[in-house]
Amino acid sequence: MVSVVFAFLMLSGFLFAAANGTMADVNEALFQSMEQSIQLAISLAGILLFWTGVMKTAEGAGIVKALANAVQPLLGRLFPEIPPGHPVFGYIASNMAANFFGLGNAATPIGLKTMRELKKLNGDRDTASRSMITFLALNTAAITLIPTTVIAIGVKHGASNPTDIVMPALFATVMSSVFAVLIDRYYAYKRRQ
Amino acid sequence: MAVWLMPVIIAAVIAIGLYKKVNIYETLTDGAKEGIQTWVAIVPHLVIMMAAVAVFRASGAAAELASWAAPVLSLFGIPAEVAPLALIRPISGSATLAMLDQLMQEHGPDSYIAKLAAIMQGSTDTTLYVLAVYFGAAGIKKTGDALKIGLMADAAAFLFSVIAASWLL
Repeated sequence: MVSVVFAFLMLSGFLFAAANGTMADVNEALFQSMEQSIQLAISLAGILLFWTGVMKTAEGAGIVKALANAVQPLLGRLFPEIPPGHPVFGYIASNMAANFFGLGNAATPIGLKTMRELKKLNGDRDTASRSMITFLALNTAAITLIPTTVIAIGVKHGASNPTDIVMPALFATVMSSVFAVLIDRYYAYKRRQ
Repeated sequence: MAVWLMPVIIAAVIAIGLYKKVNIYETLTDGAKEGIQTWVAIVPHLVIMMAAVAVFRASGAAAELASWAAPVLSLFGIPAEVAPLALIRPISGSATLAMLDQLMQEHGPDSYIAKLAAIMQGSTDTTLYVLAVYFGAAGIKKTGDALKIGLMADAAAFLFSVIAASWLL
């Protein structure tokens, strides 16, 4: 599936460039992107190492387990495959909380750690488990309380009330997350048939 | 307020760790070591996926596709000016931030177009990036229905953005 998207983006881009004479732009963008992706990777590295360290400490101190127990009644229904009280619930909750409060820097490292834990639970297979797909659906749906970057752009352009988008954006993201969970359920049901 | 959040979380973890007699320096550095493995796992996905997105955008294919999709999107209340943002949102977050900046410049930050674009940007995430990085970190090869669900959720977020823009703004 990801291969199909990748091939579509690349091939349609090359074909379009060939037909419209934008091949020079494509060449430039291609080499720029290689530099940019490594710059992004380097800027991610420190955050990733630091927060994985903090989470490991939180796990050692029993915080992750305590959090897991606290969210179990709620998240247990969303992730029926995970054994009750398993520490991975604590990771999922930490990731969701970090996303909600706009701590994207912490959310990604915790999310990646969660995926690795979910893989262990799935017997280290390289196929996505139902829990992984649900977790990913929640992450791509992106429930955020305050979209800070978007507000910053509004402020920069002198919007008269730059925070008036907070309520509508929260409504849209909550509704789309509910929708994501529902279609995730539907596909999980269909797979079992 | 927001500047307090991270320090408080980190301080709480350290304090509770000390109280529980955890060797915190060791767990921090051990965890960081684990972070390196995760990092190594995601770098290839970043480089390869960002190259494809760059080709798609620089060729003009993205803009062309957006202009084809515009009439369909306008049926759902998404103006033609915002159509490119809706189409590129799932594949590139930095590109759509630049588009939002441009829309505010052209139409004014208080215009309906700018507000709708801001709500759409704020209520979604870069699905393809999240998918590539999260599955890449765990070494998942068969991704199942994840991409489909992510893209459908994006589409839903855009439609709810239109509803929210007319009700709540």
